[in-house]
Amino acid sequence: MSTKGITPLLWFLFGAGGMVSALFFPVHIFLVGLAFPLGWFEAPSYEALHSLVLHPITRLYLFVFIFLPLFHWAHRFRYTLYDLFQIQHGLQMPIAVLCYGAALVGTLMAAYTLFTIT
Amino acid sequence: MGFEVSTSQVPLDGLKFYRRPMSFWWWLERRAYFNFILRELTCVFVGAFAVLTLMQIRSLGRGPEAYAAFIAQLSTPVFLIFSVVTFLSVCYHTVTFLQAVPSIVVVRLREGRVSDRVVAGVHYALWLVASLAVVFVFLR
Amino acid sequence: MAETIKLKVSRYRPEEESEPTFQSYDAPYNKDWVLLDALNHVKNEIDGSLTFRWSCRMGVCGSCGMMVNGTPKLTCAIPLTDYDPSEPVLIEPLQFFPVIRDLVVDITGFLAKLSSVKPWIIRDDEDTSSSDEAEYRQTPAELDAYKQYSMCINCMLCYSACPVVGLESDFTGPAAIALAQRYNLDSRDQGAAERMEILNEHEGLWGCTFVGECTKVCPKNVDPAGAIQLYKLATATDWFKSMLLPWGSK
Repeated sequence: MSTKGITPLLWFLFGAGGMVSALFFPVHIFLVGLAFPLGWFEAPSYEALHSLVLHPITRLYLFVFIFLPLFHWAHRFRYTLYDLFQIQHGLQMPIAVLCYGAALVGTLMAAYTLFTIT
Repeated sequence: MGFEVSTSQVPLDGLKFYRRPMSFWWWLERRAYFNFILRELTCVFVGAFAVLTLMQIRSLGRGPEAYAAFIAQLSTPVFLIFSVVTFLSVCYHTVTFLQAVPSIVVVRLREGRVSDRVVAGVHYALWLVASLAVVFVFLR
Repeated sequence: MAETIKLKVSRYRPEEESEPTFQSYDAPYNKDWVLLDALNHVKNEIDGSLTFRWSCRMGVCGSCGMMVNGTPKLTCAIPLTDYDPSEPVLIEPLQFFPVIRDLVVDITGFLAKLSSVKPWIIRDDEDTSSSDEAEYRQTPAELDAYKQYSMCINCMLCYSACPVVGLESDFTGPAAIALAQRYNLDSRDQGAAERMEILNEHEGLWGCTFVGECTKVCPKNVDPAGAIQLYKLATATDWFKSMLLPWGSK
């Protein structure tokens, strides 16, 4: 088993995930992590957010928001581990499998949640 | 694909080449390498925030009490510190990523290649538009 | 203005020692000199045993690359007066290469990597007997597509700047991959698929993590980092095409 054949795909997902997170994550973390908890802006109510999330476009947006950045993390983290710890060939495959595997699990959970949420 | 050439192919009477081993801390030896590792590690916070968002959505699906409990967690000092670090990391990710984009998004017109600054500028504009759109949707 | 500048030079004499040591020399702080002139002064007037490579002394042959204060540079291209004479200038052989003696490194691995990417025009049909095929014509725009990557002088500064070269000895490296792109993008060449086969490997294209230092140190503005990222994009595009359009030609 090797990731060689799909490396171009994995790199593409890394790039796409990088773009999605670069453009959308700063404002999201600013609002959700800082502005709302600290009361700088009034946080949306449960009902408002709930109905927003149920909208099909929001579901799609949130899926992409989670799926692509997870694969961005997986690809980048895998290579950073290789570089930082000078991982030799033997350990390289298990690390790759763990990273992409984790991203896949997250993606499947996101798909399930966003598809079934009521 | 081995690239090592044995010394017998080079007439040096068996004199030993010196190979300096790469230090375990190689990334601390040059500022550029340190910045590179910092940039790469922002991906950890990108991944973490994606997971956090998923958890927030799941709590939304479990009803108002579950959601309120989740939101309460976000106000705790630990999470606020996490948010600050994540926010700074993600901004560093954006800036370094947009710095790299002109190397990949190469547009050739009749007059030549569109300049890197224009490509970067367009993406910064996209960042601004995306951010404003998200603020609008959240605060509506 | 100061009279002399101290050069702290790495020495390695394999017949005498197992590790490099440093030796300091005082060279005239001449405002008309480049660093290479100071090294030649040391060799000619002070210590004839100091060993280093140089040739054209004008930045086109790629022979005189060395680590100067920790950065890979062409010593013929740096004015001596760029350096503050109150501090010694540290001169070491190009990093990530085996050292043969003093400032001379073994480049056979590098040369093997260059040839591994098939750096020549590859044609599907090698028959050049007809005079119609004797000349391949190219427009200025077609030349522009690859010209930047043809400016490489094989000085190996990019290899000394790239941490992946140090971490993975099999990594093909910036100059070789940029060289592959030079041919891939040449309108006369038909070997892109062949080269992609060779480079679509962990030791090829995918070892690169876009640190970007190679482009920073390149004295000829080849931008190998840019070449490699575009190559990754081409590989990804190719992958999608082959998945979504399996009946497509080529």
